[in-house]
Amino acid sequence: MAYDKFNIVKSTAVPLSIENVDTDQIIPARFLKATERKGFGDNLFRDWRYNNDGSPKTDFVLNNSKYSGKILVGGKNFGSGSSREHAAWAIYDYGFRCVVSSFFADIFKNNSLNIGVLPVTVSPEFLAKIYQAIDADPKTELEVNLPDQTITLLATGEKETFAIDGYKKHNMLNGFDDVDYLQAMKNEIQSFATHMVL
Amino acid sequence: MNNTPKTLFDKVWDAHVVRSIPDGPDVFFIDRHFIHEVTSPVAFLGLKNRGVKVMFPEKTFATADHNTPTINQHLPVEDPLSANQLKALEENAAAHGISHWGLGNPKNGIVHVVGPENGITLPGMTVVCGDSHTSTHGAFGAIAFGIGTSEVEMVLSSQCIMQAKAKKMRINVNGKLGKGVTPKDVALFIISQISASGATGYFVEYAGEVFENMSMEGRMTVCNLSIESGARGGMIAPDETTFAYLKGKEKAPKGDAWDTALEYWKTLKTDEGAQFDKELNYSADEIEPQITYGTNPGLGTGISQNIPFASTVKDGEASYKKSLAYMGFAEGEKLIGKKIDYVFLGSCTNGRIEDFRAFASIVKGRKKADNITAWLVPGSHVVEQQIKDEGILDIITAAGFQLRQPGCSACLAMNDDKVPAGKYAVSTSNRNFEGRQGPGSRTLLASPFVAAAAAVTGVVTDPRDLL
Repeated sequence: MAYDKFNIVKSTAVPLSIENVDTDQIIPARFLKATERKGFGDNLFRDWRYNNDGSPKTDFVLNNSKYSGKILVGGKNFGSGSSREHAAWAIYDYGFRCVVSSFFADIFKNNSLNIGVLPVTVSPEFLAKIYQAIDADPKTELEVNLPDQTITLLATGEKETFAIDGYKKHNMLNGFDDVDYLQAMKNEIQSFATHMVL
Repeated sequence: MNNTPKTLFDKVWDAHVVRSIPDGPDVFFIDRHFIHEVTSPVAFLGLKNRGVKVMFPEKTFATADHNTPTINQHLPVEDPLSANQLKALEENAAAHGISHWGLGNPKNGIVHVVGPENGITLPGMTVVCGDSHTSTHGAFGAIAFGIGTSEVEMVLSSQCIMQAKAKKMRINVNGKLGKGVTPKDVALFIISQISASGATGYFVEYAGEVFENMSMEGRMTVCNLSIESGARGGMIAPDETTFAYLKGKEKAPKGDAWDTALEYWKTLKTDEGAQFDKELNYSADEIEPQITYGTNPGLGTGISQNIPFASTVKDGEASYKKSLAYMGFAEGEKLIGKKIDYVFLGSCTNGRIEDFRAFASIVKGRKKADNITAWLVPGSHVVEQQIKDEGILDIITAAGFQLRQPGCSACLAMNDDKVPAGKYAVSTSNRNFEGRQGPGSRTLLASPFVAAAAAVTGVVTDPRDLL
């Protein structure tokens, strides 16, 4: 599914300084019953965000008006557990374009790249700096520059580079997806398949 | 001829690379694709929007499991949203000529139970499904892992996905397991040692006497839980146990095709001297029956141990304390004797016949504790039939338990099998995340023995005392 191109995102950020945020928290299983991809943002972090009666939990960061932005900053091992792409959809649908962490779970990272949410892996030290900066000033801005593969704390100019393979980078910069790439090489796949032993 | 020693993982991986993209992933060919009702509808919608057909419908297999009720399966599904997903799966499978084992079909069951029991998963294959516990199929010496819905669409449309080759880890466990120690305990032990993210970025090969001596059911339990240490997947070299399990299975090769396949399968093992990026060694006698006390599968320990103090855990102290607070537990507390409200036997982790045999061996001649609500859910109709044929149904019925119908059930509580807020469940499933078994539910992961011991005593009990 096509998504918006990603180039440079300059934005305030939402700090979620919890480790091992699993995809069941990002979107609980009972909200996976749709047959279309829409409305998942409403249930992003549902059980951390709302009480059983549907009223907002005031101590949760998404309900704190001090924080907003297109960048979500999560703790170590973000996106662990279930392979549900709905987690990445919910993050995108809510309005985030980028998730920053010191460590991502593999499947979540792939899913995010496939739908246009950029996972940015930073060092634990830089992650701590980001949290400190947001804590000191919730309006502080980060710049995520995909062409240069850098993330910068604009207030101080401190920056770090991040890794992404050239193929995925090209896709994100252009809003391309893998299905189109694979469609274009179907003859090669067909020929490969005929030579498979199993 | 390249004589560099290869790992099992290398051999299977390299045989499936259609194209290596420079500074990018491999275009990776998929032999078997399982789909279910939850993670496939949007992928089919994608195909429709692009006007693309399924490239190899005979390589995809559909079964309904995540959303299905575990009682009264002959009646219409009450939840309209669940019913809609089940209908979508049926219609999409029919429209594209894909095999579909829906609700009521005698082959129906949990995707990772029915695939192997029908011989769909074979050694040396690549197997994917929009479900992280696809790692289960690695028990056959296959490369098997969970994928997202975008990747489901890729496999449907081109039988390939884009994958960067993972790093390689080997986990060796040697020696002989003690009384009451099951494959589930081996897996939970490993995860507790390396943490819920300890194998992220790796594909794991399990090796050593403990896995060599394990049944296929046990190997599936171990490989199933690979993802809970963050691993992309886990695999075990196929051997005589594997071949004996597969021989005669409906979709396994027959006659000359079997002989040809067998010859190939026997080459599927790690060569002497092959390199791993990481290697870990454990001894079987370090492992006692395990139980988790926190909100990720890495937070587990031997059942006779106390809950660790925050100062001794590897993960962040704040996250650890949040986890214990959710569970209503305190640092340093004993686990034995904790009151339990629910017991869940089932799931793609422990919903196979061996698991029911183990459960029955403890509840035989005993009675379900009054404070326990128990859900016993077979992984498939085939397992359900075995339970009846082997007399296990009589044993559990006499002990005051009921057998439900197959499905994922309370493992992820998408259907009505939800543990209420604040209640404690000993579960043989795979995840103890906050709310996993229902909003506010508190899950302690354990083996079928530990589940049975809790079911008859009403509290966390060392199953070795009852065996």
